[in-house]
Amino acid sequence: MPEKVPQSKPVQHPSQEPAQASNDVAVSRNIYLDAFLTFFKIGLFTLGGGYAMIPLIEAEIIEKKKWVGKDEFMDLLAIAQSCPGVFAINISIFIGYRLRRVKGAVVSCIGTALPSFIIILLIALFFHQFKDNEIVAAAFRGIRPAVVALIAVPTYNLAKKAKLTWKTAWVPIASALLIWQLGVSPILIIIAAGVVGYLVGRRGTRKVHEVAGIMDEQRKADESVEEEK
Amino acid sequence: MIFLQLFITFFKIGLFGFGGGYGMLSLIQQEVVKNHPWMSSADFTDIVAISQMTPGPVGINSATYAGYTALQNTGADPWVCVLGSCVATFSLVLPSLILMLLISRFFMKYADHPKVRAVFDGLRPAVVGLLLAATLMLMNAENFGNPFTEILGHDFGGNPADTKQFAVGVALFVLTFVFTKGFTIGSGDKARKVKIGPIKMIVMAAIVGAVIL
Repeated sequence: MPEKVPQSKPVQHPSQEPAQASNDVAVSRNIYLDAFLTFFKIGLFTLGGGYAMIPLIEAEIIEKKKWVGKDEFMDLLAIAQSCPGVFAINISIFIGYRLRRVKGAVVSCIGTALPSFIIILLIALFFHQFKDNEIVAAAFRGIRPAVVALIAVPTYNLAKKAKLTWKTAWVPIASALLIWQLGVSPILIIIAAGVVGYLVGRRGTRKVHEVAGIMDEQRKADESVEEEK
Repeated sequence: MIFLQLFITFFKIGLFGFGGGYGMLSLIQQEVVKNHPWMSSADFTDIVAISQMTPGPVGINSATYAGYTALQNTGADPWVCVLGSCVATFSLVLPSLILMLLISRFFMKYADHPKVRAVFDGLRPAVVGLLLAATLMLMNAENFGNPFTEILGHDFGGNPADTKQFAVGVALFVLTFVFTKGFTIGSGDKARKVKIGPIKMIVMAAIVGAVIL
């Protein structure tokens, strides 16, 4: 199979000039503190998980702080979403690295995770006291089926976005059955899918930029829906 | 040594958790409910519900909470439980940190390489499968109740007293699915999309549960 090496270089690499972006920022304040507080704010005000924070990151990081450019941000988004791990954490590590390499990455990462961590701990510390309360228990009997639906919806959306055809639809069905009925580890499924993908090769023509573009459109559509309300 | 187990488990989850917070849920569930006797399926669903309602990424929220619950269920003191959530959260983030730094440092230029994209193209349908598995695994008696005692001579071990809970649960599931996904009413210029956010849906389900269950 002939391999096409991309001629243009769509993804700039940061490794050569990681600190460059920060040169534009005329901050006298400590950049570490600045990065920490910015990502803390992003972590604190994100409701509904990963993708909900993209507009917030854009407003803070691109427009206000100008830490990365819009195009570069789109590349980072596409890579961060393809990689394992928590999406918001991935993107904060990327941007932190742009600012101050490893130290910047660690600081941004902690900033993003800390609000969640503190809030959940506070809830966990006190929740068990209410858990046995009759009304709370009844409320959770109502919440549980709704939560299952909240996981079913992204399943549906992701299936739609993955553009499954009759040729590929068996993959998610078979993997789900293997995990659900036979107790196969999801990790094995992930590894097998990656290996098969590598062996079969790439047939589509999508580029990371286009993926980011699709995400952007999706987000705008979601936003317009929000506004209508 | 539960802390070491927590570390290994959540490191694995962080390393193989493709598809964002929701993709991670099937992994977390498999590990903390099935592979380790840390919590019940109902505990896990409660964790997902609370992770949804609170700010922050769902993956971090549920790891913090799962670490806490795992130790709480062993009867440990609250401060030991806090240590459990520290370990779980730290080990979930660690693989991301290592991977993203490696990518930033060395591999950014390969992100567009056809072979790399081939691997991700292969992963995409499998991640759908992972999410589907998480959904199916949560459709159980702990979350919906089980009113079925016997169907066609096969014993389902249910309790007829669960009938009301089951009916309400199924209704809440369908309603939440339809409204969270969103749908369009009307056509042409008058078409408008109806969609309710997940937090509002959870609050409404809680009220329904508190009132009639």
